Amino acid sequence: MIELRDVHKSFGKIEVLKGITASVAKSEVVCIVGPSGSGKSTILRCVNGLESYEAGDVWVEGTRVERQTSSIHAIRTKVSMVFQRFNLFPHRTALENVIEGPIHVKREPRREAIARGHELLAKVGLAEKATAFPAQLSGGQQQRVAIARALAMQPSAILFDEPTSALDPELVGDVLSVMRKLAEDGMTMLVVTHEMGFAREVADRVLFIDGGIVVEQGTAKSLLSQPQHPRTQDFLRRVLHPL
Amino acid sequence: MEKFLRDATEFMPILLQGVGLTILVTLGSLVLSTLLGLLWAMMRVSGIRVLSWTSACLINLIRGIPIIVLLFYLYFVMPDFGITLTALQAAILGLGIAYSAYQAENFRAGIEAIDKGQIEAAQTIGMGWWLTMRRVILPQAVRIVLPPYGNVMIMMLKDSSQASTITVAELALQGKLIASSTFKNTSVFTLVALMYLTMSIPLILLVRHFEKKAGKG
Repeated sequence: MIELRDVHKSFGKIEVLKGITASVAKSEVVCIVGPSGSGKSTILRCVNGLESYEAGDVWVEGTRVERQTSSIHAIRTKVSMVFQRFNLFPHRTALENVIEGPIHVKREPRREAIARGHELLAKVGLAEKATAFPAQLSGGQQQRVAIARALAMQPSAILFDEPTSALDPELVGDVLSVMRKLAEDGMTMLVVTHEMGFAREVADRVLFIDGGIVVEQGTAKSLLSQPQHPRTQDFLRRVLHPL
Repeated sequence: MEKFLRDATEFMPILLQGVGLTILVTLGSLVLSTLLGLLWAMMRVSGIRVLSWTSACLINLIRGIPIIVLLFYLYFVMPDFGITLTALQAAILGLGIAYSAYQAENFRAGIEAIDKGQIEAAQTIGMGWWLTMRRVILPQAVRIVLPPYGNVMIMMLKDSSQASTITVAELALQGKLIASSTFKNTSVFTLVALMYLTMSIPLILLVRHFEKKAGKG
């Protein structure tokens, strides 16, 4: 479904991705963990063409991702993205945020889009917030609207870029439980996260990235419980036992 | 005071004819400068080098020439190239072009003030450049742009008086003509000033309204 082969990416002289090879199969949930600045978000951004890459290949459902080609718009409707800072459209209500893509990009009939928009808002537990503007919603609610907006495009996969990092701790749970429900429904998900509990419970596989390379990967249980590489061990020790 | 009121009733009808032209010149050049300014701003943020460079050059060229010279050029020089404009056309065109540079910079600032995350969010639901502009960026930029836009409207209203230099019989020129034929400078120019002020006040209130609205966020 999503495949990265030896992907290299530099920002100026700094090489952030030094040959990333990874794949996500259909209905698989893959979590990417690792220290800040290791290139986790950049990997996601290369998958839907928000960033270009210099070498290697990124494939989404058999189409090569190239930022400057017209095929990129089609790819982006197949892989939606959820951002750390939600990035909802502040001038539109929750419902309008959700139906924006279906109506204006996919050209679905308005009435259908609205009906499904309401369904999706209900699915993320915000049925009664359809007419609220983003500024009237909590961070957790905004992020759930953002997830509904991503789902509205009926994507084959969703990329999550640290979806809970900007949230107050007590709001994280609501967002994670929505994500867990998606995973149970068989959505293909690539998730950059610091929530090790979520990774352990929901992810099929976990990649540990450091310094622009995949240091270690494996099933969630094995990587998080018995990491082999000393860098993974060190990272997990710091994250799980910060004191 | 009594004398002033008597003069006022006498000159008002002629000055009001001028007001009509003042409003026409202001509105005409406002529309033109807005359209051109939007075009320059779009070119500037298009990400296409040739377009943004062309736009930057045009803006600097326009900004670097005084309005009055631009008006003279359009009205007195263009006929040499076979393009003859009426004074009114030249005035609207000149002021419209001159102000398009300021409008463009204002619009660009508004567009660039929008968080990059908004563009990315639009892109990730498959929107192209134009759709992103139309549905996401411009509606948000309008709020930021409106207060300075209102100020430009006030400046244009006052600068429409420069059209008098190319024989457009708007308020300032009518005033000057009456003053030079009656020698009642005080009455006439006080009246002219009051009339400009009267036209400005609604605009000033409009700007305040925009500012309050933009402040709410």
